[in-house]
Amino acid sequence: MFVLVVGAGRVGSSVARSALAAGHDVSVVDEDPLSHERLEVGLEASWEDCGGRFTVGTGIEMEALRAAGVEEADVFIASTDGDNTNLTIAQIARKRYGIEHVIVRVLDPARSDWYAERHQLRTICPTKHAIEMFEAALSEAAGV
Amino acid sequence: MYVVIAGGGKVGLNLARELLGEGHEVTLVEGWRPRYLRIEQELEHAVQYGDATELWVLERAGIQRADLVVAVTGDDEDNMLICQVAKEKYLCSRIVARVNNPRNLQHFQLLEVAPAVSATDLILNLIEHDIPGHGMVHLLDLPDEQLEIIEVEVAEGAPAAGAQVADLNLPEGSLIISVLPPGERGFVPKADTVVNAGDEVLVVLDPGLEESITSQFNPNGAGR
Repeated sequence: MFVLVVGAGRVGSSVARSALAAGHDVSVVDEDPLSHERLEVGLEASWEDCGGRFTVGTGIEMEALRAAGVEEADVFIASTDGDNTNLTIAQIARKRYGIEHVIVRVLDPARSDWYAERHQLRTICPTKHAIEMFEAALSEAAGV
Repeated sequence: MYVVIAGGGKVGLNLARELLGEGHEVTLVEGWRPRYLRIEQELEHAVQYGDATELWVLERAGIQRADLVVAVTGDDEDNMLICQVAKEKYLCSRIVARVNNPRNLQHFQLLEVAPAVSATDLILNLIEHDIPGHGMVHLLDLPDEQLEIIEVEVAEGAPAAGAQVADLNLPEGSLIISVLPPGERGFVPKADTVVNAGDEVLVVLDPGLEESITSQFNPNGAGR
């Protein structure tokens, strides 16, 4: 499977590394060349020697997406630090390139739900998970 | 009319002033606190503080009853998504989006956000309109309707120069809608109107017919 990851912060770089370790073809796009180093944390060899690809650019630049192989991608992961960038590039991946599996990080719970329902995107909302865990921890502390 | 404007920069603020001056009801949403405070001195309750890409901020601004939503922030992704939810979630009948980087226009079209206005493209069109060397100018593209309106200058010696409109050899799917003689008022031609060299004509046409039109009016691409 060919996985394209746009945004290699803490989340994106970890997901890219584990996808590579699981035997997938992985291509990463990030606007910051330093993110390349983050990808290599814990690896014995360079990202490229391990089989990964890296392109410097932003997700709404078509040249960067094409250079990263968007036309062949089976899975598209939008994991930049901006909801609006993620939601835009996720829709580009789906509508322009017909990628079926589009996974997108959305911090805003309301839009995470709406885009999942209306545009059939697989949204991941870290905020919702954090809220649930805080609530569980609070209940625990209160001895309920 | 009730208008929600996202983005209180130069475009948004001036738009709000003009619309308020014309008696419309306006809510401007600005997400940068210092700028919001400055605008609030002038617009008072007509400006709200918040990130207009968040649904609750849009709802607080009354997007459900807006007749028009205008997204003119400096960020194209924000403008696209604000207009997308305005249209699809809140069923707002009219939207206008600003395109900051003309390269992003294709994304606005992909997300079906229209009209999307790019100042760079507008200026470019004006430059192409005013600078000699272009025999033909695109005045209007209506991609959804599959129609264009072009302006073309009738060149000396062109097949159309001196001919009556009825005798012009124009392709199916095109029509002359105006003749503009130099220095005179334009008019809608009749079948016996004679088109002269130096006139400009406005033609409505199906996309793709430009070359067969210019071959009649301005075969060598000569301009003013």
